Amino acid sequence: MNDGFTAHLWLIPALPLAAAAIGALTPRNGRAVAAGAAIAGILASLAVSIASLAIALRAPAAHLHSNFSWFDLGAAQVRLGWLLDPLTAFMAVMVAFVGMLIFVFSVGYMREDRNFARFFCFLSLFAAAMLGLLVANSLLLLFICWEGVGLASYLLIGFWFEKPEAAAAAKKAFITTRIGDLGFLLGMVWLYNSTGTLLFYDGGHGLFDGGQLGLLNAHLIPATFLGLALPLSAAISLLLFCGAVGKSGQFPLHVWLPDAMEGPTPVSALIHAATMVAAGVFLVARIYPLMSIDQALTAIGGHPSIHALSVVAAVGAITALLGAVIAVAQNDIKRILAFSTISQLGYMMLALGVGSWVAAIFHLLTHAFFKALLFLGAGSVIASAHHEKDIRRLGGLARRLRVTFATFAIGMMALSGVPFLFSGFWSKEAILHAAAAWSVSRLPLCAGLAAVVLTAFYMTRLICEVFLGSPRSESASHAHESPAVMTVPLVLLALGAVGLGFLGTPAWPWLESKLGGAPVEPQSLLEGGGLMMLSIFLVAIGLGSGWALYARRARANAGAPDPIEERTPRLFAFLAAGLRIDEFYAASFGRLIDALPALAAALDRRVWGGCVDFVAGLGNFAGLVNREADESGLNAGFNSASESLRSSGRAYSSRQTGEVHGYLRALAVAFVVLAFLAIWGGGQ
Amino acid sequence: MTACPILSIAIFAPWAGALLLALVPRASPALSRALALVASLSTLLAGFSAIARFDPNAAGYQLVERHAWVSALNAHYCLGLDGLSLVLVLLTGIVAPAGLLASWRQPREVRLFGILYLVLQGCALGVFLALDFFHWFLFWELSLIPAFFLIKLWGGPGASRAAYQFVIYTLAGSAFLLLGFVALFVASGSLDFDELSRLAATGGLSNRLAALGGFWPKAVFLGVFLGLAVKVPLFPFHTWLPPAYAEAPAGVSMFLTGVMSKMGVYGFLRILWPIFPSEIHAAATPLLWLALGGVVLGAFAALRQRDLKRMIAYSSINHVSYCLLALFAVAAGPLKSAAVASSALGGAILQMFNHGLSASALFLCVGVLEARGGGRRGIGDFGGARSAAPVFAGLCGIAMFSSIGLPGLNGFVGEFLIFRGVFGIVPWAAATACMGVLVTALFYLTFWQRVFHGPRAGVSAGAFPDIAGADRVALAILVALMFLFGIAPQLLVGLFNPLVTAWAGGLPTP
Repeated sequence: MNDGFTAHLWLIPALPLAAAAIGALTPRNGRAVAAGAAIAGILASLAVSIASLAIALRAPAAHLHSNFSWFDLGAAQVRLGWLLDPLTAFMAVMVAFVGMLIFVFSVGYMREDRNFARFFCFLSLFAAAMLGLLVANSLLLLFICWEGVGLASYLLIGFWFEKPEAAAAAKKAFITTRIGDLGFLLGMVWLYNSTGTLLFYDGGHGLFDGGQLGLLNAHLIPATFLGLALPLSAAISLLLFCGAVGKSGQFPLHVWLPDAMEGPTPVSALIHAATMVAAGVFLVARIYPLMSIDQALTAIGGHPSIHALSVVAAVGAITALLGAVIAVAQNDIKRILAFSTISQLGYMMLALGVGSWVAAIFHLLTHAFFKALLFLGAGSVIASAHHEKDIRRLGGLARRLRVTFATFAIGMMALSGVPFLFSGFWSKEAILHAAAAWSVSRLPLCAGLAAVVLTAFYMTRLICEVFLGSPRSESASHAHESPAVMTVPLVLLALGAVGLGFLGTPAWPWLESKLGGAPVEPQSLLEGGGLMMLSIFLVAIGLGSGWALYARRARANAGAPDPIEERTPRLFAFLAAGLRIDEFYAASFGRLIDALPALAAALDRRVWGGCVDFVAGLGNFAGLVNREADESGLNAGFNSASESLRSSGRAYSSRQTGEVHGYLRALAVAFVVLAFLAIWGGGQ
Repeated sequence: MTACPILSIAIFAPWAGALLLALVPRASPALSRALALVASLSTLLAGFSAIARFDPNAAGYQLVERHAWVSALNAHYCLGLDGLSLVLVLLTGIVAPAGLLASWRQPREVRLFGILYLVLQGCALGVFLALDFFHWFLFWELSLIPAFFLIKLWGGPGASRAAYQFVIYTLAGSAFLLLGFVALFVASGSLDFDELSRLAATGGLSNRLAALGGFWPKAVFLGVFLGLAVKVPLFPFHTWLPPAYAEAPAGVSMFLTGVMSKMGVYGFLRILWPIFPSEIHAAATPLLWLALGGVVLGAFAALRQRDLKRMIAYSSINHVSYCLLALFAVAAGPLKSAAVASSALGGAILQMFNHGLSASALFLCVGVLEARGGGRRGIGDFGGARSAAPVFAGLCGIAMFSSIGLPGLNGFVGEFLIFRGVFGIVPWAAATACMGVLVTALFYLTFWQRVFHGPRAGVSAGAFPDIAGADRVALAILVALMFLFGIAPQLLVGLFNPLVTAWAGGLPTP
């Protein structure tokens, strides 16, 4: 399918890219130009995105695309393309809208930074790459943009590069995600070699609209793993999934995301909560036909076969639980939110794994709003409290920051899944219901339900510590509300955090039917009421226990221990250190990364260099023997005969000035002349 | 036979420039610099006029010049150009002037420096354009002399030793190469690359060598292989490279890594592979291990270096090894389709060009750092340079990410094609090479973190002005080209794709 509009989809990433170019060329004092260009660029992009959403909704099942040749290769061409379907369009509108609000917020938040212009350049670069990733109709183009968002993330985490922690965090994020990206790269080239194309849709010849995927199930690789057969389709899917694990902060590559909080808070909101980290979820949803093709296989050669989606579900469930557990013991407001993001991304992966990519995208969209809201709220707190991020040193801010508190509370309730009014409730319910319907295992559902309690608990702890009680530091007691440029985006995001949920309730599953491209039967609101009741009950437990521990007996001073720390100090320390996963990596892979270079350098110096030195030594020795033989034997006879030659040599040696340049000049001239003569003379 | 011997002009214009400089003994440094730069730019001009006459849809040699030369050796003066040579001529035309620009502040013996540099440039072009072993080898060997003096006279404290090691090691390799060709000549009576490869394709060459004795086909292959492997260098024949690149002045390092390292890879593609197809196939698995050794251990060794120039030298070993990895994979086979072979070979040619751009840009950057530090160029000698010199940091960062292989910049396309091709033939080799990609990112980002990030320290704690003058011009041009070829690789691929298609088409596929 092709129409006139899709050929212009490139505008969606190109407009912010142009803004980034303007920002890059703007001198440091051109603050208004850079910020103006960035906001204008993303607004224009938002307009095109909304128009494309309108077009996509007219025919939700059609995958409009337009492809073009990038370069020739052999007898074929490497082709890229743009794609428009509801998945792309909803994501693009969300990214452009949330991005636009965060750009505006940044004008206030970053107003005192001396690299203000550069900041907006990087933000625009990020928006361009992220939007490009969404409209790509080729896995290769998606990968190109995927790496582009990685670069933007690197630049923005390390934006305050004078701080050693920020510089280290930026490097860690880039390297950790790149480990996953190498899996992505290998999966991509494998897919390319197996099917001959990387285009998703290509008028009946693409990966998803041609018969290409069937080949992957037909061609099996003869590998077994723990007694399970690994079909080719699952192998490729899992390699591609590695990229998603890195980018979306899934266990075991989640370790970069908490450190990424060294970046400015708007960056954390935009990139490390709302959009970029969700790119992995988007990737799996985009290639869902590939990820799920191996479901058709049950056994190969007597071995039950691995299903890629089961691995996705397992990783998602582990991550959802892990993030929530660790978040309970963090004291930095941004790190709490970061681990919460990890946990929520785990939910989304869980949904993908149990077969409901629509629920995953629904949660992705609602999460983008309420998590951006929470991060910007945290940013407002941090900015007004003189960059104090430790929740133990904040407190009592509810009265001072009224708008921030109100909107933050809405975000907190959406994240915790407070029933009916808040969007997070509906999208999380969709995921839990999908997990309950999964026939393979009950464990993902159990992990999801456990994380529900923990989420409600740690968010209650956060809001009590920051906003209730009394200020526990100088900076907290002098906090005052942020300017309108920062609070208006908060209010708009809060509206989204409430309203967005009603697009996808069971009674009116509009979003589900549009995303899936097929109408979904409306059900009673209380369909599957037992599970809903259970999860509401669990939310209540989380909220209640958080309230009991942190609100009824508010913290008296910054030095007082946490109530959990008081009871089980060792467990709390273990959780606070993120289950010591970082330390484990440092002790294992870190050691290896230190040892291998030492080995390589030693090989060079001792072995290869040693061989060369040995051969050179042999040559020297041979020369020595030769010379001794010549000097004492042969030369003695010649010496007398050569006396006469010496006198004539004296005349010649007067030309030998001993000046190296003279020699070299003669040498160079002689070479050039000789070469000319030889060639012209010989060419007769 | 063309009316205008454009290829001869391309080779001899830099030499004519050198001659002119030699004949003007009283030229001021400024005049010498300008003359050298103009003569060096002639290559780019010749490259463009060659493109204008070049038929991009043909695979064979074009603009051929052929004259009888030494009849006793059946040697001809024979020049010709195909997509591969054209890309390398263009690379020389870009990197050589950039290297001269980077040497603009070099104060000593400006005229002599220019002369030697231009002689070197002409030699490299001769290697890329000659089609007869006789004068190809003359250019190949002659290039060592100016390179030796450029390293020895203008290099750092250890330059003398490094230059000797470089020349002796390469000469030793070349001796084997020469012996190999003597045997080939005895067996076949020809020194013409095209003729030899035609003979080899029919299996006639091995038969004739075997007629000299059963041991000869392998010995000759080994001799030619050694000569080329030292020049590339292929792991583990690389130990001359880090000191040579590190001790050479920045502009010369740029030329060495950008152009001279391509001479060896070019030899593999032009000579070894076509003339010894069955021998290279038989040896492919150990050769793949050597190339992987360069990719992986080169990257790990780079991570270990404290001297920034040595770090980039090791990174060069890593990057150039990808080209050979692709070639050896194609030679190893079996090929499932012609597409994987054209992907690997096309990727190898792109990688040659792209590595030339990014590695020379990085040597330029380290040269700037070294000049600021008065010879200090350790990774710990700097800190926070980005806040002192933001433009320099930005340009250097782009060159770094190009070397890391970030999509959107030039390095990615070649690496992607190589990975695709190699994975389609020898998956385990591609998977192992991934380790090299990861470690490359690790050592570059560590470099970036230590030198440009963090609080200002070391050399960059004091007055540290931003990049300016000739350095800035040269670096900006290189960086602009990285974007250009990253976004529109067709500009280069279009030149060599018919050639690669023909290569791939000539390989056996089921």
